[in-house]
Parts: sequence; C-alpha cells; structure tokens
Amino acid sequence: MLDQDNCKGCTNCIKHCPTEAIRVRKGRARIIEERCIDCGECIRICPNQAKLAITDTPERLAEYKFTIALPAPSLYAQFGPLVLPHQILGVLMKLGFDDYYEVAVGAEAVTGSLRAYLASGSNPKPSISSACPAVVRLMQVRFPGLLENIVPIEAPMEVAARLARQRARQVHGLKDEEIGIFFVTPCPAKVTAIKQPFGEYSHITGAISMSTIYGELLRRLEFPAPLMQSSISPALGVGWGKAGGENYAIGHHSLLAVDGIHNVINVLEEIERDGLGDIDYVEAQSCTGGCIGGPLVPQNPFVSRVRMENLVRKLVLTKQDLPMLPTDPDFYHLKKPILPIPTLKLSDDIDRAIAMLEQVDRITTELPGLDCGSCGSPNCRALAEDIVRGYADPSYCIFKLRERLQLLAREIVDLSLLQPPAMGREQSSSGKEGKVK
Amino acid sequence: MKMVHNVKEMDFTRAGEATARIKKDLQLVGMEVATIRKAVIVAYEAELNIVIHARKGTLSVSVYPDRVEIEAADEGPGIPDIALAMQEGYSTAPAHIREMGFGAGMGLPNINRWSDKMHIESEINVGTKVAATIYNKLAGE
Repeated sequence: MLDQDNCKGCTNCIKHCPTEAIRVRKGRARIIEERCIDCGECIRICPNQAKLAITDTPERLAEYKFTIALPAPSLYAQFGPLVLPHQILGVLMKLGFDDYYEVAVGAEAVTGSLRAYLASGSNPKPSISSACPAVVRLMQVRFPGLLENIVPIEAPMEVAARLARQRARQVHGLKDEEIGIFFVTPCPAKVTAIKQPFGEYSHITGAISMSTIYGELLRRLEFPAPLMQSSISPALGVGWGKAGGENYAIGHHSLLAVDGIHNVINVLEEIERDGLGDIDYVEAQSCTGGCIGGPLVPQNPFVSRVRMENLVRKLVLTKQDLPMLPTDPDFYHLKKPILPIPTLKLSDDIDRAIAMLEQVDRITTELPGLDCGSCGSPNCRALAEDIVRGYADPSYCIFKLRERLQLLAREIVDLSLLQPPAMGREQSSSGKEGKVK
Repeated sequence: MKMVHNVKEMDFTRAGEATARIKKDLQLVGMEVATIRKAVIVAYEAELNIVIHARKGTLSVSVYPDRVEIEAADEGPGIPDIALAMQEGYSTAPAHIREMGFGAGMGLPNINRWSDKMHIESEINVGTKVAATIYNKLAGE
C-alpha cells in the first residue's frame, strides 16, 4: 500500500522489486497486484517511508466473543536478553486477548510432519519449504515449474490456528464465528496469506503487525503480568523464526538454507536447471535473517539473531512439555495444490504472444539501454514490454523524447533557411563601383 | 518465428545469463510450464558447454506455438567422438573446471534426455553445433 503524500515518485522501489511489479505513474509508485509477492523489498528500500503494509489493529478484537493471539516465534527475539517468552505472552494477553497459541508449537508439529515426509524417500529432490508465503508466491509467478517441489504441508501459523480453534471449540464450547484468531506478524506476506490464502480459506481471522504493538508491549513489560498457565515454549519450534531454524529442527538429511529474496532467486534458478539433486530440503526465506528480518519487525535482525540463538539454547535445556499433537499426516497436508500465476504472459494467444515478443525485442534495441527509470518502468526492456502491452507509450522515455525534439528542432531550422521562389531577390548595388576582385 | 542471439565468452560469472533471458522470453510467450522447464535445462547445459570448452559461441532460440528450437553454435576444439561424448559421466573438461564442480559429463546426455529431438555436428579445431527441439505439449496431452 502507498502513502500518497510521502511518495515522491523516485525510482528506488521499482528497481528493487524482484517481479518488476511496480511502475511510477503521475508521480507516484503503483504496484501491479497480480505480480506482487509481498516480499517487502519496496517497504525496506523506500527512502521516504511511503510503502506500508496493510494490517489489522487491536481494535478488531472487539468484533469477536473469544480472541486468541498467535505470536510468531520471531516475536520472542524482539526484546532484551532477560525477557522470556512467558513474560512476552503475559503482556500480549493484556492487549485484550482471551487466550494465546504459540505458532512455535505449530512449527514443532510441522517439523515432525516434515521429518516423516523426508524419510519416506518419495519426495522430490530437493523439496522446498512452504513456510515463507513470499517465496511460494515468487514461485507461482516466476518459477511455476518448481511448484511440484514444494512440500505439501501447511505452514506453522495455519497449523497453530487450526489447533487453537479446535481447542477453543472443545474447551469453551464456542462456535467458529465467535472465535477471532489474530496472528502477530513480522511481515506483509503472511497478512496476504491470511486474506488471500493458498488453500480454500485460512483459519486465521486477521494479522496484527509486530511493530504496531511493540511500544505497548515494551511499556507493559515494565510491570510483567504472570501468566495463568505455565508456558514452556518448544525450543525447535521457536528456532523457526531465524534463517536456518527449519533445518536445525529437522536435523537429518542434506539441508540447504537460503535467505534474502535475490539469493532465493539464485538458488531456485539453480534448482530449475536441474542442479542441487543431492539436496533433500531447501529452507528459503524471503527476508535476510529469516522472519526476524521481516519488514514489520521492530528490532535489528542481527540483534534478534543473537537473542533467538540464546533463547533456543536455553529452551533446549529446559524440560519441554508439549501438548498432544496430531500424528495423522493428513492433518498437516495442504488441501489444494499450489497453482501457477501466469501473469507474465504477453497474451493468451500464443501466436500473438510470439509476435509481441518480437516487437519487444525491436523496441528494446531502439531504447538507450540506460535503465534509468525515468519512464516509470524498472529498465528499458520492461518499458518495451509495457509499450507492447499497452501500459506505456514510447514518449515516456525521456531520451527518446529529447531525440525527437532535436529532430524537430533541426527540421524547424532547416525550414527556416529555405526560401520560396517568390523571395530571394538580390539587393542591386548603388553604382557600379569597385572592380570585382 | 523468432530468433534470439546471445554471444558467449569464456566467462563463468556470467554463465547462465543467456539461459535466464531465454527463460524470461518463453514465459512472456506463455509456453507450457513443462516446456519452459525442459528448455531451461537444455539451454543451460548447452550454454555451459560453450563456456567450458569453446572459445566463443552463440545460443539462439526459435519460438513457435508448438515447439522451441534451441541451437548452440561455437568456435572451439570440436568433438572427436560424438558417441563417446554422449555417454553419461564422460567429460573432457580440464581439471580446474572439474574442481569448480562443473564438467560432470552429463551435459550432452541431459540435453538428449530433456529434448524431443537432438542433432550434433562437429569439426575438429573448428567448432560444434548442437540443435535441440522441445515440443510444446499442452497440459493434459
């Protein structure tokens, strides 16, 4: 989403978008929704803080009879070294939630499911994690051939939401429409995964940005409230908040971890070329550092990484008492396959698309090749594509415009030097004086 | 019909760039997902062969509604025994290339495996030409 007043129409965001989804029009940046994968690069790079993520505010809690907070594991690393998860959960509850369910527990459950899946041996090599929705969307748009490699297992936040709902229905006898489940999110991609889910629907009601409530949580931590029920967060599940955490939890097999959207793209290109056949599982995070590096996260990710590592180390030594988790693999299975989003196609008619591609090539050779962004497209070839698609005009290119003006100016000068036959009479000299030299 | 010409030099840091551009173009045209996947593998192997073995070459692609034709032509040492080169695992890549992790001897066999038609011609000390065709089978055919 764009803050109209702050956006200056500079070209920083359009050049960093991995799917070339942003254009500048009428002096403001505009996102092409179908291409946007919610990686948050534009939010991070905008020097005018004009890019925002749309999240819910705690006011929404009032709409539900019973509200459950779903804290992402990355939340536990946002505070000082002495602050423990149960204290954070205590103050989180003070914001108005009736209960909480740790996404870290969901991550533990998914870890078990993953281990079973990888042990089966029938999985594609490499299998790719389904946990980062921005990466999944990146694959839908740019790497549809790899969608079959994604593990057919739900992401931890969905699993946690399902378990939370089950518990609320059983323990409190509530109906689904009375239960509001709110995910405390480090990023906009997870918000979109809730509002426009990959499956039929999401069990989560809304998403509250970590940054929005951070100030409130910090204040209340001055007077920590004891939790009603004791809580030991599961070590391996908590570790999922950091890049490498999934692999650390899985333990065995040949595991690759990659973070940062452009690094993810490089690895996916390698996999697409049939490389990495020796790797069993790839953990891919769109944000550098993993979820603790998300755009809606308050703390510096290098600081969070230390907090998280220390916390996991501490938790591993504590006796874990996990709730009973379902062991039936079908419980965790993705209900619908993930389909490609063919938004890059020039045309549905392939003959026409080939003709258009030829045009794109031709127009690109006529453009200066400076990728300056003044036209509002990320680079010259993108402008050529936009022209062929009808989103742009060749006059958008400031260099082409100047070229045309120069030609026109020259034409005008040339015209001005021409003399029609009725004019051009020579001035006769007064007297035939002087010899002709 | 369409041709894309990309010239290659002995440059590992840029190996794969031509393939990436070809992939983008095939996505713009809207070829089937499976077709694009095969074309990427074939183009990459062909491109890498030029980088590893030849002095320079071109990777060109012709796009038709029902197929993609990829042609890699290079100026280089040529292939003395094509049947031997097609054997999985057989590699003439120099030691320093194999140390980098390339030159596993799977290039030509992979091109053969992932394309529907393949043709190689070569002349010692002149160069090699590899042409591969991938049919654009619609999903469900």
